[in-house]
Amino acid sequence: MTKSGFVERNLKILFPLPAVTFVVVMMLFPVVYTLFLSFTNWNLTSGMPLKFVWLKSYARVLTEPRFLSALGRTFSFTLLAVAVEILLGLALALLLNREFKGKSAMKLILLLPLVATPVAIGIVWNLFFDPTIGFMNYMLTILGLPTSEWVSNTETVIPSLALVDIWQWTPMITLIVLAGLAGLSQEPYESARVDGANAYQTFTQITLPMIAPTLLTAMILRSIDALKTFDIIYAMTGGGPGYASETLNVMAFKYSFEYFRMGQSSVILIFLFLLVLLLSMAIMRLRKRFEL
Amino acid sequence: MRVSFTRRFLFALVLAGVAIPVLFPFVWMLASSFKTQVDIIAWPPKFIFTPIVGNYVKVFTEQNFLQYFINSSIVGVIAVGLSVALGLPAAYSIARFQQKRLSVFILVAKLMPGISFLMPWYIIFSRLHLMDSYIALILSHMLIALPIVVWIMSSYFETIPIEMEESAMVDGATRQRAFWSIILPVSGPGIVTSITLSFIFSWNNFMFSQVLSMERTKTLPIAVYNFVSYAEVDWGAVMAAAVAIMTPAIILTMIFQKYVVKGLTMGAVKG
Repeated sequence: MTKSGFVERNLKILFPLPAVTFVVVMMLFPVVYTLFLSFTNWNLTSGMPLKFVWLKSYARVLTEPRFLSALGRTFSFTLLAVAVEILLGLALALLLNREFKGKSAMKLILLLPLVATPVAIGIVWNLFFDPTIGFMNYMLTILGLPTSEWVSNTETVIPSLALVDIWQWTPMITLIVLAGLAGLSQEPYESARVDGANAYQTFTQITLPMIAPTLLTAMILRSIDALKTFDIIYAMTGGGPGYASETLNVMAFKYSFEYFRMGQSSVILIFLFLLVLLLSMAIMRLRKRFEL
Repeated sequence: MRVSFTRRFLFALVLAGVAIPVLFPFVWMLASSFKTQVDIIAWPPKFIFTPIVGNYVKVFTEQNFLQYFINSSIVGVIAVGLSVALGLPAAYSIARFQQKRLSVFILVAKLMPGISFLMPWYIIFSRLHLMDSYIALILSHMLIALPIVVWIMSSYFETIPIEMEESAMVDGATRQRAFWSIILPVSGPGIVTSITLSFIFSWNNFMFSQVLSMERTKTLPIAVYNFVSYAEVDWGAVMAAAVAIMTPAIILTMIFQKYVVKGLTMGAVKG
């Protein structure tokens, strides 16, 4: 039996093996370790040996007002950002879905926020939002509107951060919808024209149903990403003022690397993990259903 | 004629209405990087000013910026290289043997919040004395790059007709040989897409490096972030640093525009 014969027969296992081993070691093992830690009260800096408290950490963390506010905040940030991104992204895609000079340049412009370093983007927006020297308040003044404190105020910080997210990610929805529209069959449009359908009817009865699976998948993917938003929030506000912009991700980060309460942070991590897993399963289901 | 002119004018307005808000933060960042602190904090904001290069000089001489640039490049290149090496065979196997569950397993790594691995990594890497090492950073960035490579390449391999390997195998080549010498040579566009995208995501990553790296292996996003943690923000220098960090990713995007669009949108669009 030759060596290449062995490889050839077991290609199915040998080809993915290195990648799978890597993911198991780097992802699965840490998640199991986190699960283990979530049943303890371990604090990295206390010097005390870890003690099993089983579900006590869960009971404590999951009912803590700070956690519940972070959860609510995470959802309102995600909902606000994703809703605007989907509507605006769809509208822009419909506007741009034609041949015009400079279409390629326009696509490049839309790509820029997507590839720009989020931390740097956050800092640039901090300059924009600065209450005394920022460009945003300058614009409001020109328009004769009252100025805002943007990210420095507990009331406006979440909408302001959502605005940055909207600026950064709306272009992705536009590009996704444009790609989806480009792949649509032209036949239904021709028969609609023959039947004398107007633009609104064409949109609601042909375009929207055909683009719906793409839009739905994009929405879930974007929601998962928005739930996980970290760089921009951490760089712009660090979760402040106070806890006013502390989302689950930021809270977990602080619990882990500022307070070193590993047991409690594990509870948040497991919660976050399950939340994303649930959404991911939703997306798999959708893909199957629409045969994407 | 008139109607068509009006329509074209309106459409040009629409295009400007899209492009200006998207571009403005970049323009403002670039402009501010050439301003003095006095010009930056002026009210109302200054649109016309005497440009200076002092901010760039400061960033590249006073700070160890060049070293961070090299660190980011080392981590990005090696992490992406290793991910391609591990990812290509896996993606091929997923595409040809229809290993759906395997693809879901690797996709989960892409969707999961990075912080749920980061905390355990922190403990483990500390124990192994691998904090502030390239190894720890590269391993963590591979978990960003590998799922992207597998995700993009498995759909790419599916578009290559199976007859290509079959005819080679009829001629006596093993499947392994067919993969290396028939399939990979025609996979250029897919490989370019996955390399470009995974490098950009590694380059931009903040969270992993913030925890796993210290002075020696510090990457650019951390260096940029550290600029603003001082009491008084030196806006000009921060903006110069922001321009410096974004330039490579933007140049890559310009060169490989078509691939980047495809890679970013394929998650939701079939094909």
